[in-house]
Amino acid sequence: MSLDSLIDGTLRGLAGALARREVKAAEVAGAFLDRIAAANPSLNCFITVDRERCLAEAASADRWLDAQHARLVGHPAAPDGPDAVSGRLAGVPIAHKDIFCAEGWRTTAGSRMLENFVAPYDAQVITRFRDAGAVHLGRANMDEFAMGSSNENSYFGPVRNPWDQTRVPGGSSGGSAAAVAAGLAPAATGTDTGGSIRQPAAWCGVSGLKPTYGRVSRYGMIAFASSLDQAGAFARCADDLALLLDVMAGHDVRDATSVARQDPGFASLLGQPLRGLRVGVPRDWFGPGLASGIGDAVQVALAELQRQGCTLVDIDLPASAHAIPAYYVIAPAEASSNLSRFDGVRFGHRAADYRNLDELYERSRAEGFGPEVKRRILIGSYVLSHGYYDAYYLQAQKVRRLIAEDFTRAFAQCDLIAGPVTPTSAFTLGACNDDPVQMYLEDMYTIPVNLAGLPGMSVPAGFDQGLPVGLQLIGPWWQEARLLQVAHAYQQHTDWHQFRPVGVPGVAA
Amino acid sequence: MSLSEDDVRRVARLSRLALSAGELPRLQQDLSRILDLAGQLQAIDTRGVAPMAHPGAESVALRPDVVTESDRRAAYQAVAPQVQDGLYLVPKVIE
Repeated sequence: MSLDSLIDGTLRGLAGALARREVKAAEVAGAFLDRIAAANPSLNCFITVDRERCLAEAASADRWLDAQHARLVGHPAAPDGPDAVSGRLAGVPIAHKDIFCAEGWRTTAGSRMLENFVAPYDAQVITRFRDAGAVHLGRANMDEFAMGSSNENSYFGPVRNPWDQTRVPGGSSGGSAAAVAAGLAPAATGTDTGGSIRQPAAWCGVSGLKPTYGRVSRYGMIAFASSLDQAGAFARCADDLALLLDVMAGHDVRDATSVARQDPGFASLLGQPLRGLRVGVPRDWFGPGLASGIGDAVQVALAELQRQGCTLVDIDLPASAHAIPAYYVIAPAEASSNLSRFDGVRFGHRAADYRNLDELYERSRAEGFGPEVKRRILIGSYVLSHGYYDAYYLQAQKVRRLIAEDFTRAFAQCDLIAGPVTPTSAFTLGACNDDPVQMYLEDMYTIPVNLAGLPGMSVPAGFDQGLPVGLQLIGPWWQEARLLQVAHAYQQHTDWHQFRPVGVPGVAA
Repeated sequence: MSLSEDDVRRVARLSRLALSAGELPRLQQDLSRILDLAGQLQAIDTRGVAPMAHPGAESVALRPDVVTESDRRAAYQAVAPQVQDGLYLVPKVIE
């Protein structure tokens, strides 16, 4: 198998080839780094690439794999691959959203505020990948502090959609999604506060998973809205996402909201037939706000699930119609609190000129934050301020409960929910510049899931005028394995996830 | 709901964000639009509904109250804008 076809294949395939020593981790990392060097000037998927550091990690993985291989060869009972727990991603390069602190790596969160911040410690997600033997490929571009749906809010410039470079990749994890779509990384991490994994996954034609709130530790993940933020991943297929979540998930004492559970592995249901599963379809999500090309593609996908033995059930999620206003109170309120730590004193940008401590704070923050971050901090301060707290913040939290209760009721009738990820496909750069609220509406089908804390996925389900369309799958709490089962079964009978954009510099078509 | 320029200045002060005069009109317009969106919540009947602060509120775990951190002052201060003798430097606060 050629190196190109190997690195364009699945993560499991790549991990297996590395474990059997058919290819060196250094060769694999080098091939991706070469692609990044060729494509990043146009796509801008990565904020920071450190070739030397990456290749050093790869060389270290090679030494470990060589030792493992030597130990296992000749033992009849020895498995094909490395030890299932400690080295399951040994030598596999992974791109990380620039929101996960990684010791020795510049970690910017897409902000001028952290332009020169080299993290002094590892996020738990980074630790888990390191323990699994993965190689840190580079730092993926993102909307500043994960605030945005287009990746245009990055201080380091917008990411371009590899399917059409005049268009945005979605956001906020736009660099991660575009890198996987373009073949610059075999998988990437992301975070999803209101759709920031699922929406760019849909717009870039890759598979994306946002786990249940509490599934993955948020330790060391730069906070936006702590009751909504959840780390997840992008890959080329559901099977690879199961592998990634097996690595990422787990209790961490340093995140009090991470939950200790003893679930079977996330691949445990892969390959099981779908017969008998009830798929809830929120009919309200197929109204006039949904682009017809997307509605059509999602209907075809639903018919495929039906063909495989699922029963489609109409469900109602009436309070979800209020999800966007509730979110744009709750998320900014939490952001205004979280981002108060950026004060120009302990880390991050400090203004050059100030006469007193107040000016130091106010100017450092004014210079360090971009326009969307400022808007959200200001809105957050407003809705939390005296006289407005009850009317906005408390009311939004009550509406949040109504939205969550709708899902609880719906899951009494169905095993999972399926529908669109986004109302439209990727828009052209600059199209939403004049009205921030216009961009907020792109997240109307993803935000309710975060408010309720549920797991959600985006699965490639076709194209609308040449641009990828995603199918959203939503499960009850802790049912990621069910979502992955359905996505995997869907991908066994469709090939939308195998389409690749053409014309990416440095990547053979 | 539309905000006045004074409202924007007040909330900028609460947020410790310096605003230039040039930024004000655009911010006033953008924030008013966002609050119009948020204002849609007022029409929803939430009588008797308990606020939901957090999806996992019922399961938040406590950890033992013991020291777990090692001394990493030097590493943490390496990323600080201005330090001296292990202290963070800020403008004089007390005259």
